[in-house]
Amino acid sequence: MLGLNKKDMTLLIAVAVLTMFAPFFLNPFPTDSAMAQFNAGYPDLMQRFVIFGIFAIGFNILFGLTGYLSFGHAAFLGVGSYAAVWIFKLFTYNVVPAILLAVIVAAVFSVLMGYVSLRRSGIYFSILTLAFAQMMFALAYSVLSNPKFNLTNGETGLQVYPNDPQMFHPEGMQDFPHLFGLYMNSTYTMNVGPWAFDFNTGYYLCAVVMLAVFYLAIRIFRSPFGMMLRAIKSNQTRLNYTGLNPRPYTLAAFVISGAYAGLAGGLMAAMDPLAGAERMQWTASGEVVLMTILGGTGTLIGPVLGAGFIKYFENIFSKINDAVLHQWFAFLPDGLEDFVVFIIHPFVGKGWHLTLGILFMLVVIFLPGGLVEGGQRIGKWIKNRGKSEDSDAGPKTEPAE
Amino acid sequence: MGILEVKDVGKRFGGLQALGDVNLSVKENSVHAIIGPNGAGKSTLLNCLVGKLIPDTGSVMFDGQSVLGRTPYEINQMGISRVFQTPEIFSDLSVMENMMIPCFAKRDGSFRMHAIENMMDEKDIVEKAEAMLVDMNMADKREMHAASMSRGDKRRLEIGMCLAQEPRLLLLDEPTAGMARADTNNTIDLLKQISDERDITIAIIEHDMHVVFSLAQRITVLAQGTPLVEDNPENIKGHPKVREAYLGESA
Amino acid sequence: MDAILLQILNGLDKGSAYALIALGLTLIFGTLGVVNFAHGALFMIGAFCAVTLQRFLSLSYQTVSETEKDFLGNPLKVETPYVESWFGPEIGASIIDWSTPLAILLAIPIMMLVGLIMERGLIKHFYKREHADQILVTFGLAIVLQEIVKYYFGANPIQTPAPDALSGVANLGAWFGLELAYPVWRIVYFCFAALVIFGVFAFLQFTTFGMVVRAGMADRETVGLLGINIDRRFTIMFAIAAAVAGLAGVMYAPINPPNYHMGMDFLVLSFVVVVVGGMGSLPGAVLAGFMLGILESFASTTWATTTIPGINQIIIYLVAIIVLLTRPRGLMGRKGVMEE
Repeated sequence: MLGLNKKDMTLLIAVAVLTMFAPFFLNPFPTDSAMAQFNAGYPDLMQRFVIFGIFAIGFNILFGLTGYLSFGHAAFLGVGSYAAVWIFKLFTYNVVPAILLAVIVAAVFSVLMGYVSLRRSGIYFSILTLAFAQMMFALAYSVLSNPKFNLTNGETGLQVYPNDPQMFHPEGMQDFPHLFGLYMNSTYTMNVGPWAFDFNTGYYLCAVVMLAVFYLAIRIFRSPFGMMLRAIKSNQTRLNYTGLNPRPYTLAAFVISGAYAGLAGGLMAAMDPLAGAERMQWTASGEVVLMTILGGTGTLIGPVLGAGFIKYFENIFSKINDAVLHQWFAFLPDGLEDFVVFIIHPFVGKGWHLTLGILFMLVVIFLPGGLVEGGQRIGKWIKNRGKSEDSDAGPKTEPAE
Repeated sequence: MGILEVKDVGKRFGGLQALGDVNLSVKENSVHAIIGPNGAGKSTLLNCLVGKLIPDTGSVMFDGQSVLGRTPYEINQMGISRVFQTPEIFSDLSVMENMMIPCFAKRDGSFRMHAIENMMDEKDIVEKAEAMLVDMNMADKREMHAASMSRGDKRRLEIGMCLAQEPRLLLLDEPTAGMARADTNNTIDLLKQISDERDITIAIIEHDMHVVFSLAQRITVLAQGTPLVEDNPENIKGHPKVREAYLGESA
Repeated sequence: MDAILLQILNGLDKGSAYALIALGLTLIFGTLGVVNFAHGALFMIGAFCAVTLQRFLSLSYQTVSETEKDFLGNPLKVETPYVESWFGPEIGASIIDWSTPLAILLAIPIMMLVGLIMERGLIKHFYKREHADQILVTFGLAIVLQEIVKYYFGANPIQTPAPDALSGVANLGAWFGLELAYPVWRIVYFCFAALVIFGVFAFLQFTTFGMVVRAGMADRETVGLLGINIDRRFTIMFAIAAAVAGLAGVMYAPINPPNYHMGMDFLVLSFVVVVVGGMGSLPGAVLAGFMLGILESFASTTWATTTIPGINQIIIYLVAIIVLLTRPRGLMGRKGVMEE
C-alpha cells in the first residue's frame, strides 16, 4: 500500500497511531495527582516533539544516508522561521503561505551553502557548514538588524506588531496564526474522570505534516536515490569509478534536509509567531545532531525517537528539583536520603544538559546505533533467552532500518 | 588503430620522472598486459587513463576521443571500467544493491533524481542485476552484507559490477595481488571466460607472471617509466631486455 | 599610521588566544589524528583555574574589630584572608593581587592531568573510529565539562582582575614617538603567548622527544615499527596540548571574564583558524591565528563597520570559506592530511 512494503507500512501506521493519540499517551497521570507535573501532553510540548521530529528526520537524510556531518542545519530552521514571520507581518496570518515560503527560502539557502560546502568532505565539510551557520547567526543577530535595514530585529526577535501591514488579514479575525480560520492555539480539553486530555489544532497540523514528511523519508530511503546516498557513505571511490557523480546526489540530499529544517522552522513560527536568532546558533545545530545519533543514525524511526526522547526528558528533568527528590527518597533513612539527593542533584533541574551530555557520550561509545540498536539488542536478547546455549548467534547484525 | 591509444604520455612528481614518453596501443577485443618491476610506473599510467591523474604531456585517446581533463565518472561513462588492487565495493550495502548500482549508472547516466520510486520496482534493473549475480556465481549471496564476504568473493563481485556496466574496456590493477593460489586460478578462469564470451577489451596490470602468461595476447613491458618492449607473450618470455629489467626477480 | 598600529596591536591579544588554542588543536590532530571538539573546554577550564585560585587565596576568616565601629555603631567585622595572616598583610595582599599569573603554576599540572585522563580514558578508544565519531564524542565531552563548570561556578561571567601593576594602560607609542595607549595586560598576554609558542616549537625541534613526535606526525606507522613506544609519547603530547590551551585560558581571564560557554565560543573560531592555517601545520595554525585576530580587529574599526555594517562579525568566517575553497589545504597545509 502507498508503495511501501509491509514492514515500512507497519512502521508508518505505528507512528501515525502514536502521533494521533499522543494527547492520551502523554497524559497518563490524573490532573490533580502528584505525578501530574510529569504529564507531557500539553500543546506546547507536543508541538515541539513533532517539530523537532521533522527537523531530525530531515537531518538524518543527509547525515544518516551520506555520512556528511553538518553542524549548520539550525541556520535553515532559523531562516524558515524568519520567512514565515515575514509573511505574517506583511500579508496574512494564514499558515499555508508562511510554511510554503519557509520551505522555499530554506531550500534556496541550502542550495547556496550546500554548493559551496560540498566541495569538501569529512571534517572540512563539517567546519565549512559550521562557519556558514555562525556567519548567518551573526548576520541575523546583529548585522541585519540596523535601523536602516531591519530584517531580523536582532536580539528581540522578529515578531508581528499592530502597525504591520498584514494586507490580507481580514477584520475581526484574531491576531494569531490560523489555518483557514482554525487557530493554532485553540485547544479542546476532554475531561475523563480525573484525567484531562488536550487536543490542540497546532499540534495536529504539525503531526499531520510530520506524518507526510516521514512517509516521504521512507520513500527516499527505499528509492534508488536513497541507495546512491548510502553508496556515497560507503565508498565514494567506487561510486566515482562506477560512472556516478556524487556531487549532485549529496547536494540534493543537503537541499532536501535543508528544506525539512525550513519546514520545521516555519511550523515553529506558525505555533508561536516569533523568530529569534538564537535558534540558528551552532549549539542548536548540535542539538539536532544529538537527537539523530541518540535515536539511531541512518534508521527511519531513530530521529523521531531521539527528538521525542530529548524533548521529553528535557521537560521532565528540568522539573525535578530538590523537593521532588526528597519526596521520592523519603523512604530512605535521613542521612542516606540527603546523600542520594546530593548525588542526583547536579543531573536534574538545570543540570539536564549535563545528563544529556553524558548520555550522548555513552551512546556514541557503546551504542553507535542509538536507541534503535538498543531496542534491537533487547529484543534479540529476549528472543534468545529461551533458546539453548549452542544455537548459533546467527549472521552478522543487519544494519538497522 | 587500437581502442585505447596512449601517445607520448609523461608525468613528473617533483623531481621524479614517473612516466616518460609512454606509447601504447590496445587492440579492440584483446587482452593486453602491462608488466614491469616495482616502481616502473604501472599504477601511474593506469591513473592517467582513468582520470585520477592528468599527465603533463601527451594524449590518451579512447575510441577516438580524448579522456584527458575528464573526471573519473565521465571516463567511466565513456566505457572504461576499473578493478582495483584491493576490491573497492560498497561494503555497507548488500550484494544485490552493490550489483544494482552499476546497472542504474548504465541506464540513467551519472545523475538522476529518482527519489520516490521504489528501487525494487525497477524491474529491468533488478533482472539485470540478478542475471549478473548468476553469471558471477553468487546468486545465493544476494542478501549478504558485502563486507562479510571473503576476499575472493569481493573480487568477483567487483568484476561483476564492472561488467554490469557493459564497458568496452576493462582495466584491472593487479587483480590477484595477495590472493591464494586457488583464488588466483579462479580469477584467471573468470577473466578468460569474460574475454571469450563478451565483446570486451581487457587491459591488465600484473606482477604475477603466471597470470600474465595465462591471459595476455599482447604484453607491454614498462621499466623506469618508459615502455621497453611491446610484443606477444612468446617473444616476451625470452627477451633479453625484459630479463635485464627483472634481474633478480622471478620472471 | 597610529591607527593602523593600534589595530594590529588590538588584534594581537585575540590572535594570541586563537593561535594558542589552534596550536594545541593541531598538535592533537597531527599526532593523534583526532579532531578534538573538547579543546575549547580545555581553554575554559584553564580560565577557571585562575578563578579558583583567586577564590582560594581570598578565603578569609572573620574577626571583630575592637576599635572600629561600622555605620550602625556595632563592632566592625573584619574579613582577613588567611594568606594575609600567614604572610603578613603586605605580602599576603600582593599574593592575592597576583593570583592570575600565579594560577599558571596551578594550571600546568591540573591541565596536564585533565589531558592525561581525557586521552587515556576516552580519546584512546577513538583512534580507529571515524572522524565523525571523534567529533561527536568530544562534542559530548565538551558539553559535560561545560555543564560541570556551570554547576560549580554559575552561569554569570566572573571578574578576574589582572595584578594592579599590570592592569593600567601604557603609552607604547612613546618609544616610537607616536600616540598609542594600550592596556598593559594585553601586551603581557601577547608576550606570554609568544613565549609558550616558542617553547612548544623549541621543544619539538630540539629534544629527542620532539623529534620522535614530529616523525610520528609525518608517518605514524613507520615510527611505530622502529620499536619506539609512540603511543605513550602521544599521550604526553595530548597533555601538553591541553596545558597550552589551559594556559591560554588562565591568562585570558583578565581580558574577558570567564564564563562557562567561552570554550564553545572560542572552539568554533579556533577550528576555523586551524583550517585556514592548514590542517596539521603548526606554523600555519600560529600564523593564521594572529592573522585572523588582526583581520578581525581591522574589521571592527568604525570605518569598516560603517562601510559594511557588521563586517567584524562575519569576516573570519568569510575568510575561512574563501580560503577553504581556493586553497583547500589552507595556507601552509601539507598534502594528504585529512583528505579523502
